[in-house]
Amino acid sequence: MDVRPDEPEAIEGGATPGRPRPAVRGLGDRVFRLVVRAGGMAVLVITGAVGIFLTARALDALRVAGLKFITTQAWQPDAHRFGIAAVLTGSVFIALVAISVATPLALGTALFISEIAPARVKRTLISMVDLMAAVPSVVYGLWGLSFFQSHSIGVARWLATWFSWIPIFKVTGADPTNPLASRSVYTASTFIAGIVVALMIMPIQCSVMREVFSQAPAGEREGAFALGATRWGMIRSVVLPFGRGGIIGGTMLALGRGLGETIAVYLIISPLFRINIHILQTGSISVSSLIALRYSDSSALGISALFAAGLALFILTLIINFTASTIVAHSRSGAQSDV
Amino acid sequence: MSDTAVGLEDRSDLRRTGAGSEGSTLRDPAQSAMREPTAASTVVVRRRGRDLAPQRRRQLGGVSGGVYNLLGGATTGLCVAMLLFGRIAPFSGLIGFVIVAYVVFLAAYAVLVSLGDTSEVVRDRVISIVLYTLATLTFAALVFVIAYTLWGGRRALVHLNFFTQDLLKGQAPLAPLTVGGIKHAIVGTLWMITLSLIITVPLALMAAVYLNEVGGRFARFVRTIVEAMTALPSVVAGLFIFATWILVLGREKSALAASLALSVMMLPIIIRAADVVLRLVPGNLREASAALGAPEWRTVWHVVLPTARSGLATAVILGTARGIGETSPVLLTAGYTAALNTDPVHGPMVSLPLAVFNLVRTGVPSLQVRGFAAAAFLLLLVLALFIVARVIGGRGPGNLSKRQERRIRRASARDANRIIARYDREQAAVAARATREGAQ
Repeated sequence: MDVRPDEPEAIEGGATPGRPRPAVRGLGDRVFRLVVRAGGMAVLVITGAVGIFLTARALDALRVAGLKFITTQAWQPDAHRFGIAAVLTGSVFIALVAISVATPLALGTALFISEIAPARVKRTLISMVDLMAAVPSVVYGLWGLSFFQSHSIGVARWLATWFSWIPIFKVTGADPTNPLASRSVYTASTFIAGIVVALMIMPIQCSVMREVFSQAPAGEREGAFALGATRWGMIRSVVLPFGRGGIIGGTMLALGRGLGETIAVYLIISPLFRINIHILQTGSISVSSLIALRYSDSSALGISALFAAGLALFILTLIINFTASTIVAHSRSGAQSDV
Repeated sequence: MSDTAVGLEDRSDLRRTGAGSEGSTLRDPAQSAMREPTAASTVVVRRRGRDLAPQRRRQLGGVSGGVYNLLGGATTGLCVAMLLFGRIAPFSGLIGFVIVAYVVFLAAYAVLVSLGDTSEVVRDRVISIVLYTLATLTFAALVFVIAYTLWGGRRALVHLNFFTQDLLKGQAPLAPLTVGGIKHAIVGTLWMITLSLIITVPLALMAAVYLNEVGGRFARFVRTIVEAMTALPSVVAGLFIFATWILVLGREKSALAASLALSVMMLPIIIRAADVVLRLVPGNLREASAALGAPEWRTVWHVVLPTARSGLATAVILGTARGIGETSPVLLTAGYTAALNTDPVHGPMVSLPLAVFNLVRTGVPSLQVRGFAAAAFLLLLVLALFIVARVIGGRGPGNLSKRQERRIRRASARDANRIIARYDREQAAVAARATREGAQ
């Protein structure tokens, strides 16, 4: 690219022929590079400005709260009592519920599309998964609020009745022996929000996994079959080991996406600023729904506090995303794929 | 480890059988150890007696071989579940019934398959069924969410006024569905997405070209920052614009502010997608262009971008679909109004997802129906964008549609004709000069 044919002196008087010649650019190329570099700079300035502004405003609040920012559960910025202990763990709980529901579905669907589905429906199925990722989150939220919430109470009550000896399934205030007990203790919970978020993140996870599975080398697949493996034997010994990086990477990417989900969570949960490990019980909070909830009626310090919470979430997502892309890039299947 | 063991075993097995049979390559183990050149001939592996019978072809995957097993399993599952729920145990509930029936079905099916096959095959069949179930669940969930939304909004969607009026008169809880609509939200969504595309598309394309065609250490730094910014939660993008544009600069909440917030969110997404697409353009196309003496900008403009056109269009359209459906940045920056506002710079404006969000939040049944209908319209809009993206995109760089191929062939034929015509002209001129010189 750098070698131009119209360089007579370089060709005729080249004392050292092997030395790379400096590129001579025309005016057009210089202008082109200038414009394109300006575009790159502009993007850097915009994204950098967001990051710097976010950090700067967050520092105002962090200076007030100090180290207590990490341990405080309440959110009362004007009383100088605020922290991310409840909101960030709430986000993480919702994302974890979402991941544990979405992973089996995504893995099964990805394996189905890449290994079982006949070739003629494969493209349609892939499109459907992509479409699922493009459905607006408010639509999922709407579905969760008006359909799923009321229909999942039975499941929640069953889990609470039989598995309450596991701390996360315990519901305080519920009385399983009383058939007329109020069902409202099971609504607006982390569990319901998590399942709605699961529907949103599942397609991302699924498409990363499917992409990686479809790259499993045909030679090794045929080798497994030739040694007498059944289809599942082949999947277990060739496809799954090959795609391990994609499975882990896709799951973490989806986790990052689930942490930032706002509207669906906002619509479903009822805010509770306390660490609530009982996922079936009413009351939860997440960073992004906190921001949507409190941005309008906040003082300057309140906004700073929201920025601090946003920054904490951003850093967490960033760590997860970079870990995911590193895992994918260093896995055997990640050499060609872009995640 | 185990692979080598198996390999050695096989070879010794071969040697043993080979020693007994005439014409084998390995007459003596000692000889073969000395690596003497041996004549190439076929090794006949003698089988033990019971293997000699012709073998039935074993089915390695799928469930088609055992329709009766499937039917039997399904009947067992259903019957046991009905018995448990109806007669024996104090169970109730549809979901529980389905789960119990399914588990019993799996177990019964496994037993039925194991009657005629090895455990390896049983495992394969059961897992196949589970994979079918999981995929069905996923696609059923998608279809159900879409159908539920359309069904919920059906009563409002059938009235034409839903698309031609704003919500001022329809806000009252008892207003009939024949009054009021979501025109204001449609106009708002169009304004916001247009403005944010005007901001993002040129910037994103320039940045993607910069990352791919110019390169260098600084470009890698920009790429890392862009990748990091895809992790920014969308609500924080909204909060950023809210804090800078509205609180610090003192501007009012408007469609412009909302589209700025959407741009902050969409920019990294589109850059990343475009970056991936441009990376797929084969390097030898660039080299060919450079070898023909084209400057860099001509290479990019006439070779790289046209080659990646469909992929770039897909990247932009999918980014648009993301932006159209995004609620939280708009919630923080656009304000809310029920009236039609066509001025993007002044006054609050509402987008479709934001309208859905606000209508549903009220809890008033008539407004919720409108919310469902607005969500259904939004869904159809995303679906349309998606189909357009599939039609345009879905092709790798350099893979042309029939029409594009015909156009290129026509252009190429035109060039050939032009060159031939010019050659003929020159030949004629040379001939004319020769005759003139000959005459002199």
